[in-house]
Amino acid sequence: MKKQAKFGVGIGVIVASMGFLAWLGYGESKTYYHTIAELQTLSGSANSQRMRVGGTVATGSIRHLAGRVDFVLEGEGKTLPVSYIGNDPLPDTFVDKSQALVEGRPGPEGRFVAEVVQAKCASKYEAAPGGKGGAAPKSTEPSGM
Amino acid sequence: MYAFGGGIAAIVTRHPLLIKSTRQAGIATCGLIFLATLSLEYLFFTDNFSVAYVVSHSNRDLSTFYKIAALWAGQEGSLLFWSFLLAVYVISVLLTYRNKNGELMPYVGVVMAGVQIFFLTLNNFVENPFKALGVAGANGAMDLVARADGNGLTPLLQYPEMVIHPPNLYSGYTGFTIPFAFALGALLARYPGEKWIHLTRKWTMIAWMFQSMGILLGAHWAYAVLGWGGYWGWDPVENASLLPWLTGTAFLHSVMMQEKRGMMKVWNVWLVFITFLLCILGTFLTRSGVVSSVHAFANSAIGTWFVGFIVIILLVCFGAYFKNRDYLKSENQLDSIVSRESSFLFNNLILLVSCVAVLSGTLFPVFSEWFTGNRISVGAPFFNKVNIPIGLLLLFLTGVGPLLAWRKTSTESLKRNFGWPLGIGLAAGVIALVFGFRQFYSWICLILCVFVASTVLLEFYRGAKVIRARSGASFVASAVDLTMRNTRRYGGYIVHMGMVFVFIGLAGAAFNRDVQKDMRQGDTLQIGPYTLLMQGFDTMPQKNYTAQRLLVEVLQDGKPTMMLYPEKRRFATTVENGTMVAIHSTLKEDLYVVYAGTSPDTQMPVLHAYLNPLVKWIWLGGAVVVFGTLVALLPNRRAVLVLSGAQQPAALPLAEGLPTPVTLRKGHDHD
Repeated sequence: MKKQAKFGVGIGVIVASMGFLAWLGYGESKTYYHTIAELQTLSGSANSQRMRVGGTVATGSIRHLAGRVDFVLEGEGKTLPVSYIGNDPLPDTFVDKSQALVEGRPGPEGRFVAEVVQAKCASKYEAAPGGKGGAAPKSTEPSGM
Repeated sequence: MYAFGGGIAAIVTRHPLLIKSTRQAGIATCGLIFLATLSLEYLFFTDNFSVAYVVSHSNRDLSTFYKIAALWAGQEGSLLFWSFLLAVYVISVLLTYRNKNGELMPYVGVVMAGVQIFFLTLNNFVENPFKALGVAGANGAMDLVARADGNGLTPLLQYPEMVIHPPNLYSGYTGFTIPFAFALGALLARYPGEKWIHLTRKWTMIAWMFQSMGILLGAHWAYAVLGWGGYWGWDPVENASLLPWLTGTAFLHSVMMQEKRGMMKVWNVWLVFITFLLCILGTFLTRSGVVSSVHAFANSAIGTWFVGFIVIILLVCFGAYFKNRDYLKSENQLDSIVSRESSFLFNNLILLVSCVAVLSGTLFPVFSEWFTGNRISVGAPFFNKVNIPIGLLLLFLTGVGPLLAWRKTSTESLKRNFGWPLGIGLAAGVIALVFGFRQFYSWICLILCVFVASTVLLEFYRGAKVIRARSGASFVASAVDLTMRNTRRYGGYIVHMGMVFVFIGLAGAAFNRDVQKDMRQGDTLQIGPYTLLMQGFDTMPQKNYTAQRLLVEVLQDGKPTMMLYPEKRRFATTVENGTMVAIHSTLKEDLYVVYAGTSPDTQMPVLHAYLNPLVKWIWLGGAVVVFGTLVALLPNRRAVLVLSGAQQPAALPLAEGLPTPVTLRKGHDHD
């Protein structure tokens, strides 16, 4: 029994420490998904979380300004003005009517401040085969390892 | 046309009236699948633009090379390709064992046929790639006539890797069907003995090898094509491919426990089951976009089919397990915490923890939506936090495990086996510290890499020394001879060495640097030892696209060394852009230059340069891993017959290092 107990302790320590690290990582990187419609109903602390919002880029709404790019996302009949303030150039796939996913925080006056923009071409998107479907949408985010 | 024949033949196999007819039906099914796949390729090569699938994924100017790849560029074709690869496996299994394992094969055949039926149903009724344009239901395109030209292949896929990566990864995914069929078949048949475990192990190794290659090729594709400077982003689909690899790796290790000690039988069977389930889940995640797609692409009914299939597999597995549970009774118990068994146990535990972490992270948006109503995703920090320590722990076990004795290891043998490697590893750590190495995880990784590499080399050295003393051959020849005598053991070491290389490469990521700048002609950019001088840009029209190249001269320590040409490609047919990264790769570091776009402020081209140390080691390690697996798959060369008397004692010194019950050594292998 003593041996089993030793194994039990070893296993417990490993699982517990991994669980702890997972919890830390979770806190650091959790991101909420919201739809454009939901965004307008959020209040209080929920409004300052890091979140992702998806929608379609409104035709003719992309405006290049000094230091930022403004555009409007549409979805479920609502619209959301977005300012992209990231450093990286926007992906090639980011054009009128493309499906875009923006990541950032709600800013003042109902404007969403995005640090990362991903875009997929609406017309022809299909998950890339062989394991890279999700990586295929181009992103401005130099994340990962 | 092909379709119904294939489906019917597959269903026939479900009722094994006669073993022989079943087998032939199985082979016939495979034949029909080959025919179907070839017809689709034929349609691509003849530019038959009346078939919806060909229109969406090809065009006249697409080069031959990529027309092959167009087969798996979309949903329907990928699933057909799945069936095709499965058929390749099934037919080789059916033919290889046609006169062997009479008791077991019918069961195995039935399981394989069951899986085939599922995919063929999808191919025929849900996602048929042969839909002609104009027939109701063809993606909204209602032209009754054939198109003049196709829409072309997504630029992202027009890259050499994309032609070899999916087949590899899919071969991995499908390959795990075979071990699954053997395990489930053996359990259902209550097949006596451990024979099935050898067969399972062999096929797992094949699938594992393809999976490893697939993952690494995918990483390389992401690195070279997506242009974000990295190779692994913990993307759901990447994770999906990693999951079965993790459990497959766990199985390959714990199966040894069963072979040598008759332990962990329940565990092993479930590992095989889970690996297969994760393969199906992986295909499902890849194809259905359940997680990655927050854009709610209405992605056909395929998701429901997969969920149904997974549930059925689970039910069958549970059913078989509970019915024949007693068949899997363990013969032994764990003896000591410092033993081979426990190192395998911890190896398994860690791989499983990692698998659970990756899986839960990947599916987090789905689960959080169920439980809290909010869709929450977790990003790279989550995965890195858990998996970096796990990886390091695994690396440690890689070094320690193989040198521990079965049952119990004495302190003395610990000292003898680990004294030198540990010393060398720590010495390397100290040297690194002196040279100003300050990244904690990378530092640990460096020590462990040196440690593991020395244990592996020491093993080869010791073994080869013994053989050289006996045969007088050169050292290298002795090492080769040694490897050939016990391919599985030394092949395994080679795989471990490959993993060390991979880890070296991964550790380099801690030192990645990048700079981004708007570049006027004549501007320079400084990164590490390199100076990038912008000389201008040109435009090159090609057959299928127009390339815009930046001409960047690279100066190293003030001396011009080479030109790099990062490109943007504009594809006429798809009106999409592709990025071609220019990479100058050395063992020390990669200089990775991207034409990142045009600056909105200045209207000048933006150059993004990355300096990624040691990346090449990852690809190198991958090659070594594949080589090692191939070696391990070779049959052992028996020592020259004349020496057979001397062979027995020869096996002993190999096992030297470890004062163990001799009968339990890995030294004598089967297969």
